[in-house]
Amino acid sequence: MSDLTRLTAAELADKIHTGEVSAAETTQAHLDRIAAVDGDVHAFLHVDAEGALEAARAVDADIAAGTAPASPLAGVPLALKDVLTTKGVPTTCGSKTLEGWLPPYDATVTRRLREAGVPILGKTNMDEFAMGSSTENSAYGPTRNPWDLGRIPGGSGGGSSASLAAYEAPLAIGTDTGGSIRQPAAVTATVGVKPTYGGVSRYGLVAFSSSLDQAGPCGRTVLDAALLHEVIAGHDPMDATSVDAPVPAVVDAARQGARGDLSGVKVGVVREFSGEGYQGGVLRSFETAVAQLKELGAEVVEVSCPNFTYALPAYYLIAPSECSSNLARFDAMRYGLRVADDGSHSAEEVMSLTREEGFGAEVKRRVMLGTYALSSGYYDAYYGSAQKVRTLITRDFAAAFEQVDVLVSPTTPVTPFKLGEKVDDPLAMYLNDICSIPANLAGNAAMSVPSGLSEEDGLPVGLQIMAPALADDRLYRVGAAYEAARGPVLDKLGELEASK
Amino acid sequence: MTTTAELMDYAEVVERYDPVLGLEVHVELSTNTKMFCGCPNSFGGDPNTHVCPVCLGLPGALPVVNGTAVESAIRIGLALNCDIAEWCRFARKNYFYPDMPKNFQTSQYDEPIAFDGYIDVVLDDGEVVRVDIERAHMEEDTGKSLHVGGATGRIHGAEHSLLDYNRAGVPLIEIVTKPITGMGERAPEVARAYVTALRDLLRAMDVSDVRMDQGSLRCDANVSLMPKGASEFGTRTETKNVNSLRSVERAVRHEMTRHAAILADGGSIKQETRHFQEADGTTAAGRTKETAEDYRYFPEPDLVPIAPTREWVEQLRATIPEMPWERRKRIQDDWNLTDEELRDLVNTGAIDLVAATVDAGATQADARSWWVQYLNQQATSRETELADLAITPAQVARVIELVGSGELTNKLARQVVDGVLDGEGDPDQVIEKRGLKVVSDDSALLAAVDEALAAQPDVADKIRGGKVQAAGAIVGAVMKATKGQADAARVRELILERVGA
Amino acid sequence: MSNISRDEVAHLAKLARMAVTEEELDTFAGQLDQILDAVAKVGEVAGDDIPPTSHAVPLTNVFRPDEVRPGLSQDEALSGAPAAEEGRFRVPRILGEEQ
Ligand SMILES: [Zn+2]
Repeated sequence: MSDLTRLTAAELADKIHTGEVSAAETTQAHLDRIAAVDGDVHAFLHVDAEGALEAARAVDADIAAGTAPASPLAGVPLALKDVLTTKGVPTTCGSKTLEGWLPPYDATVTRRLREAGVPILGKTNMDEFAMGSSTENSAYGPTRNPWDLGRIPGGSGGGSSASLAAYEAPLAIGTDTGGSIRQPAAVTATVGVKPTYGGVSRYGLVAFSSSLDQAGPCGRTVLDAALLHEVIAGHDPMDATSVDAPVPAVVDAARQGARGDLSGVKVGVVREFSGEGYQGGVLRSFETAVAQLKELGAEVVEVSCPNFTYALPAYYLIAPSECSSNLARFDAMRYGLRVADDGSHSAEEVMSLTREEGFGAEVKRRVMLGTYALSSGYYDAYYGSAQKVRTLITRDFAAAFEQVDVLVSPTTPVTPFKLGEKVDDPLAMYLNDICSIPANLAGNAAMSVPSGLSEEDGLPVGLQIMAPALADDRLYRVGAAYEAARGPVLDKLGELEASK
Repeated sequence: MTTTAELMDYAEVVERYDPVLGLEVHVELSTNTKMFCGCPNSFGGDPNTHVCPVCLGLPGALPVVNGTAVESAIRIGLALNCDIAEWCRFARKNYFYPDMPKNFQTSQYDEPIAFDGYIDVVLDDGEVVRVDIERAHMEEDTGKSLHVGGATGRIHGAEHSLLDYNRAGVPLIEIVTKPITGMGERAPEVARAYVTALRDLLRAMDVSDVRMDQGSLRCDANVSLMPKGASEFGTRTETKNVNSLRSVERAVRHEMTRHAAILADGGSIKQETRHFQEADGTTAAGRTKETAEDYRYFPEPDLVPIAPTREWVEQLRATIPEMPWERRKRIQDDWNLTDEELRDLVNTGAIDLVAATVDAGATQADARSWWVQYLNQQATSRETELADLAITPAQVARVIELVGSGELTNKLARQVVDGVLDGEGDPDQVIEKRGLKVVSDDSALLAAVDEALAAQPDVADKIRGGKVQAAGAIVGAVMKATKGQADAARVRELILERVGA
Repeated sequence: MSNISRDEVAHLAKLARMAVTEEELDTFAGQLDQILDAVAKVGEVAGDDIPPTSHAVPLTNVFRPDEVRPGLSQDEALSGAPAAEEGRFRVPRILGEEQ
């Protein structure tokens, strides 16, 4: 294994910008690593070696010419979740319906990465249209967790987090609708951040649930995530829900936090996130984390958010409702899969047959659930009520943030389970997101940072930190302080075993 | 496949039933760009050239509201005496149709930007009817489908269809009336007068091209009948594809006679969409839907609410021009018109055109005479609306000016106008091209006069002898020689001068 | 208590334009029933006095200037089309009426 793939993004950027190593060799090292291990991990759906090297060489040319790097991350390669459009590069969203589709435009996140000189190694695997918690719903086969190739890497962004844990990429982009950045980060012992809703443009993010979706940075360290956060965040006139406010100074906050002092910071422990359904090792890891936060000088109090127990049901009404509408456009008329166009079927029949063929079971389930929840006669009881719960959860957060600066909880109630274990039990699968969903419903910022390994199975556990909207910097300060105190977790992962 | 519907005699219809109307008008705004993206909003163009990821509904694309479209919507609402919402949202109307790229229409549902207004409509005899407006809301247009194969290019029997999304996402305002009741036999006329008034209003505000023939103004007419004296509305039908003002009236009248025949026969009306057929003025049933529509409306999560401040609304109110009917009243007073003269102007749709012609320098009598008489005849023979004639008020004013200065005779002026209507250019270009100017150059005329006098020496002698009226024969000869382009009065003067009479 | 029948699921599939198989109908009917049971819980706290939240951010009046922006060329627009003809998207014959 090349040493370059073991470095953090911050370290790589430093070496590239001082000319110690070239961006091209850095990118090539990661491409080599992908070639070596991705047969086992299957983090990538598409590798764009040419595009990545071309971008890297452009950075090298800048550096050779004495031009200032385009950004603090110029030349550091990245893995992009396949739900963000890339002009001329396949974008499938893990769905058969978009197999072979070459978008004619770049997502704003993609554009910002390109402008920042970040080579895009390829597109990462995901649950189809970001619906799932295990990446098993990908039409192209599951991603495997580098910690145990027989276990799930989380989802929907399992590919992005697994690529970090497998050292295939130093940085990745995920999207988080109910925990799709944080849960994969937790179960792979990497860092993942769901920024404040509106903090990162959704233009070009293929929508699952528009009012919940948020793209965010993934890395192996809090500082790396912060550096990436500042590259992708900021107001975008192409997204009407984009917040026109300065990007929180997350890099400064991460550096400040890394000095290990949290005195003056009030941390709230959410009472509702424990008890039945939580794995013992996860809870004990969480208790240890809370103790460490205290040692760092934070004042820790327990807070109650009584309506958080309604978050999961509200989410499983709002997200399917919005997705039933968002996915209507995949109808075989303008792009994507078309079946049965043999002259004997009408447009309507071709639509129905193509959607049946092109969508996997989870997508169909959610589309039907959402169709039901929005139907006249059911709207008030389901979708309407879910939106009221959303108000209550936002109020719970507001009340909690009157008392504390950040809230903490386990990121997920359990460590990564075995592939196939919950595929046929949607409700059990949905419980994975029980701690992460409230932040999506309220639009808050939240992070998962590694908090060690569970004592009973030796598998990764994540600590979730939640901050008020637009206070993303608090995540980074607390996350970096905890990370420094806790010490690296990913180092405990041995070299990947040969293919099973 | 269409069976000829039984119709009841109209006089009997209105004797036995009371009609109830509901009119839904869709107006395409004439903004520079579409409702939710920066693509040009222009009629025509090569297929799929005014498109982008947003209006093609590509995965990942997001809408952003056109601020000018919102301003137009508020202004239209204000002109229709509506309340303007303090806070409203867009919703998604979900249904699958190939000409709709996202398979939902972004529209306003239960939170229209404007609601509870009215418009006073003047009927042909001057009677004023108030039509209550339920709402005016914003939405987006669909793409266009071309049906290939089959006999008629219509949807039925087509082998496949071709889709062009240039129109997809064009801003629309839908204006919906409250039920219009109590109009009796005048219901069809009220329907036409209402759409006419809306068209005039929208044109005066310069927010839309309001071309029914091009689809920038579209009217769906809901019609139901109830027995005289009843208070519960009957089952309605909704007639679409009504593409002219005249068709609005015909469609309503047709539906009334068709409903009445069915009801009188003990039948019941099926609630359905019908299509107006221009050729014979009838309506045909659309395909019956298997299941009731369920559009699953919900607030559009990609667009944030619109909350017009009252200051903004008042600023926009200040930009509302004088309404056409107010202007009519003022013009009647200013020009001292009788009711009948005003009605001629209104009925021919000439009033704004005359006013604009006056603004361009003509006297109101001349302007009125041109528009109400010659141009109105031309509109009729060319089967178009007066306002849609290919001549502008400024061009008419120029023609009037040329007549006034003697450079054109009335006869020549009509030829000039014909040329403009035929697309030969503006009046001066037509005069140039057709060589129509009055021959006022005395030397050219004198030559013609001399020639005519020489050709008829006996007549010349008579004139010299004092029989001045004999000059008429020479005038005629000169006019013939100049192909009528000479000013006859001037020719006469020259003849008398020449013979020294 | 059953929330949803097999027929209702078939109707939903039709509304959502998915030609699901008979076997899927059986599976989905059971699963949707279970899920609806679980999510119906939202009704417990959704009182009449609580306003619904549709958007996570409290923004209003986000407008775009009415200025033309470059879009896609015809070729780009049609680049992903399953079939195209004469600069248009070619689709099978459409049965329904326009709305
Ligand atoms: Zn567009």
